[in-house]
Amino acid sequence: MSWMIPVAKVNDNDRKRVGGKGFALASMFRQGFTIPDTLCVTSDLYNEYVTRTGLRERILLELHRKDFKEMRWEEIWDCATRIRNMFLRISIPSETEESFREAIESQFSGKSVVVRSSAPDEDTGTSSFAGLHESYLNIRGTDAILEHILKVWASLWSDAALLYRQELGLDVEESSMAVVIQEIVIGDRSGVAFSENPNDSSQGVIESVYGLNQGLVDGAVEPDRWIVDRMKRKIISHTPAKREYWMIPFENGLQLSPLPDTMSKQPPISTKEAQTVFELVMKAEDFFKNPQDVEWTYKENALFVLQSRPITTLSSQKSEDSRGWYLSLHRSFENLKDLRKKIEGELIPGMIDAANRLVEIDLTGLSDHDLAQEIKNRRKINQKWVNIYWEEFIPFAHGARLFGQFYNDAMRPEDPYEFVDLLTHTEMASLGRNQMLENLADIIRNDQKLKKQLKTHDYVNIDQNFTRKIEKFIEKFGDLTCSVTGGTHCDQEAEPLFNILLEMADHPRIAMSNRKSNTSDELQERFLNCFEANQKIQAAEMLDLARTSYQLRDDDNIYLGKIESHLLAAMREAQQRVEALKDKADVESPTKVLINALSDLDQRSQEINPFEKKPGQTFEIKPRQLIGQPAGPGVSKGKARVIKDHSDLSSFKHGEVLICDAVDPNMTFVVPLASGVVERRGGMLIHGAIIAREYGLPCVTGIPDATALIQTGDDVTVDGYLGIVTVGSVDI
Amino acid sequence: MDKIDKIRENLNKLFSSQNLAVLSTHQDGQPYASLVAFVATEDLKHIFFVTPKTTRKFDNLSTDSRVAMLINSSQNQAADFHQALAVTAIGSAEEITGDEKEKYLQFYLARHPYLQDFARSPTCALVRVRARSYYLVKNFQNVMELHISE
Repeated sequence: MSWMIPVAKVNDNDRKRVGGKGFALASMFRQGFTIPDTLCVTSDLYNEYVTRTGLRERILLELHRKDFKEMRWEEIWDCATRIRNMFLRISIPSETEESFREAIESQFSGKSVVVRSSAPDEDTGTSSFAGLHESYLNIRGTDAILEHILKVWASLWSDAALLYRQELGLDVEESSMAVVIQEIVIGDRSGVAFSENPNDSSQGVIESVYGLNQGLVDGAVEPDRWIVDRMKRKIISHTPAKREYWMIPFENGLQLSPLPDTMSKQPPISTKEAQTVFELVMKAEDFFKNPQDVEWTYKENALFVLQSRPITTLSSQKSEDSRGWYLSLHRSFENLKDLRKKIEGELIPGMIDAANRLVEIDLTGLSDHDLAQEIKNRRKINQKWVNIYWEEFIPFAHGARLFGQFYNDAMRPEDPYEFVDLLTHTEMASLGRNQMLENLADIIRNDQKLKKQLKTHDYVNIDQNFTRKIEKFIEKFGDLTCSVTGGTHCDQEAEPLFNILLEMADHPRIAMSNRKSNTSDELQERFLNCFEANQKIQAAEMLDLARTSYQLRDDDNIYLGKIESHLLAAMREAQQRVEALKDKADVESPTKVLINALSDLDQRSQEINPFEKKPGQTFEIKPRQLIGQPAGPGVSKGKARVIKDHSDLSSFKHGEVLICDAVDPNMTFVVPLASGVVERRGGMLIHGAIIAREYGLPCVTGIPDATALIQTGDDVTVDGYLGIVTVGSVDI
Repeated sequence: MDKIDKIRENLNKLFSSQNLAVLSTHQDGQPYASLVAFVATEDLKHIFFVTPKTTRKFDNLSTDSRVAMLINSSQNQAADFHQALAVTAIGSAEEITGDEKEKYLQFYLARHPYLQDFARSPTCALVRVRARSYYLVKNFQNVMELHISE
């Protein structure tokens, strides 16, 4: 077993140990291709590391918390984050490290290197892991190289890599990772070349940019493009790019910079050089005996091959497509900044405006015909915003995740979710609403007469001041029992709101100090102190973006809820008119248009308990311990309140455990009453988890069938440390 | 296959892959654990084992028939934590005598033929546990219960 093999000594039996990329480079080196100075770190070292440190089983335990197929992407991202943090916090055992530290030092001392992933199962011709595992450019010094080897290893368990492996049916237990360390060739012109155009097998393609390849590979720099006739080996066409930027080394990384004017006027490579690049990629194809995708660079007119891998075959194009989708779940910082501008400047004001315009329409004054038209119109407006929600708001949520990784890289915290403490205590719309509710509850607390009137439903004699406040609240936030998720139930009376307020008034006010203690200032300082100069500014910008991303996940739902409540109000008005005429024989009244407008209401499908006892079945299955994700620390016990319909919320009692499919911000007004939160939808950064953290409540998310398996009234214990929900008392 | 069938299948698979179970009895409140070679019926209602009548476990269950049994697929490897299944059964034990003994003994010996001489000894008892409930643990901490109706 050897931890590393110089590229010249890699032989035919080493493919698995040095991985696809390392093996291809070694083969090309033997064939006389010019490649940068390269060292292969074998997968033996990875295996030694995960075995000696106990990480192998810790990773598998993490991945087997529940069936992989039952995990949502957010949960897989959470798993990947926890695993990545394990790699960041556990160094290579010193006695193992000593034996190869020297080799790295002697070969790369004083040089900048690229640390590349080279997984044994990647680039085999039927699957491509391009972009799924990490590579790090411009790394200097042995300590930094060792640190980045750990990061490359961790990328074996990234969310995208896990999903892709699952799709290809690869066994995660067999996964390992080799690494290639290459001296960085600071090329002045770089590019990629395909010996065969995936869209036309008679052609080849060359793309080229100024500076380093990274700008082209991650899409930040637009390349010049040449199409080549494979048979004649002649260039058919050249499509010039705008040539605005290039990627160049900067401090301990890379920087995207404006391209000097003199360069932007001419293509990075000449026609003759393009021809030479094509000859090179054809030579690689002849050698590997299948079409190749080659990364190359010119340094002072010498042409280097950086890597070569097979172009994935047509049979694997389907999986190639999903790989793209998995990768698209991650948005770059730049992309998110643009999205933020659009959301803050355009979309949120647009939503508020849309809701306000609907308030102005007096529904009772509309004719049946106009009301039917109004329902159609509101449905359209609602659908438009629901679509925007999915296309723009959900991807923006990645801002918090991007920051999480950035934070963990810098701070290596024990708790991989420590960064969330920096995001909380932002002004969230739902917290403002809950504050207003508390104020209303206070009035009831201090007014025994009012309390009695509410309890005895003596609404007529209630003090006008209080009624006005209630009306104002409903005007601002809508009827709390309306759902934003497509439900059709909606009580018109304020009674459900009174029920909640009475329940709140019967218990002491939730003091703000009960909420999670504010340690974020100190934490923010520690975080920012990890960086210097320019990096500090970038870190602060990233934190700011993450805070907006986190806060918007709450606010967008509140605004969306308002728009939907207007649709529901119009439908309610129509329902009432239809009801009023129900007993009359004349069905040919104009009301028919209303019946039609209401006929395609979304009917929520009844949830089925997969373990429900069927007739004749001689046994019964019950849950005992359900495993989800630990999403808010703490432990609590209480009676379950299962929310299947939004109207269930009005029966919520102080101290109950909120069990639901997904907490949306329009239902979080019961959270201050709850003793714990359990959610079917999984993830650490989903709304239920966010709001539970705000109130310091134990929270478990990602329990499949939670609302079917647990019944209202069941005794449940929520263990937010371990992510376990126990159903029933301890008696057996 | 729906989730109910899956749970039953998990139990049946585990029971046919394992030869030994840990049997728990007690005497005056003092718990006592021992190993037995077992076989379970496919409907999961009964679990059989044999034991000499002179043993502590037989003595214990003659005084109090309530027992618990643990059957699991661990292999003494770290991977057990995410791979192994463990099932606790609870129920009541009774010795089978008389006409029906031979029928059940044959069922038992079909699974454990090497225990032929042992099981047929006049000092050895065939014990049937009527299972009331099973507690199935998988994925390290996931627990589901299966209760058998009377």
